[in-house]
Amino acid sequence: MGEKILDIIISQAKELNEQLTNKISVEQGADAPLFGRGGVLDSIALVTLVVAVEQAIEDEFDTALTIADEKAMSQKVSPFRTVGSLSEYVQKLIKGEI
Amino acid sequence: METPITLITGTSKGIGKFLAQYYLAQGHRVIGCSRSDTDWKMEGYEHHIADVADETDVKKLFSAIRKQYGKMDHLINNAGIASMNHFMLTPVATVHKILNTNFVGTFLFCREAAKLMKKQQYGRIVNFSTVAVPLKLEGEAVYAASKAAVISFTQVIARELADFGITVNAVGPTPVQTDLIAAVPKDKIRNLLSRQAIHKFAEFEDVANVVDFFLRKESAFITGQVLFLGGI
Repeated sequence: MGEKILDIIISQAKELNEQLTNKISVEQGADAPLFGRGGVLDSIALVTLVVAVEQAIEDEFDTALTIADEKAMSQKVSPFRTVGSLSEYVQKLIKGEI
Repeated sequence: METPITLITGTSKGIGKFLAQYYLAQGHRVIGCSRSDTDWKMEGYEHHIADVADETDVKKLFSAIRKQYGKMDHLINNAGIASMNHFMLTPVATVHKILNTNFVGTFLFCREAAKLMKKQQYGRIVNFSTVAVPLKLEGEAVYAASKAAVISFTQVIARELADFGITVNAVGPTPVQTDLIAAVPKDKIRNLLSRQAIHKFAEFEDVANVVDFFLRKESAFITGQVLFLGGI
């Protein structure tokens, strides 16, 4: 499941890159910075990515998912830091661990 | 021209049913929803049973639309309920019910529709307010408050969605002869009509005319607006 989620996020990041001047360095895979320190996304670009990932995950796993809520904001380490941290967070959400 | 995909809430009766049939006649693919099944059918119409305030129901509905059509052009947030009562006699359960359907429902549908419309950088959202807001109608405190919330919400998200080519506007109908006002005493309605510049009930067509205006491609520069009927 982890790999599939990572693939989905990377594919959505690639799609978003087409609209971005500061592109997500998808070649870094899970380590690619997204938002915050070293990140390339502004807040609107982050919203766009999160929405796209939410929809793609919902379609793939046939589940309802809300990535950005109070739980996400209250994590010690922001889930939006890198592709990998987002992927791990989504995986936990789907498994109901958060 | 590609068939426009139009989602209308509360299509089992009243204004919602009229608008659904009106846009079907104009060649739209219309997806409707209500808490129960409809007693009408038309070619090009697809009905879903959903509670507009239930996040799971709404997400399911949008997931189905996304899978089948991959896009949405228009959202008309018509579903609404009212309950006339002095506010001192209004049970909190009624307050929750009205806020949930009128405001939370509008919120959920706008949120999910915006995600879908954003992809094509185009969309038209029309929300429903009421003249009860500017007229500060006694006996409709909770209903008016829920619809005032719809106005604020419309105006703020119009700004948040402007960069995505999505416009968000609201129509504020005067009373139309539907179930919504069936229980309101006649003298109250007469009194309300007398406060309008044009002292009569609105017809379904009057509402459709405003919705038409907001939905037009040419209305791309009109957003965050509330248009009241009847000369309020």
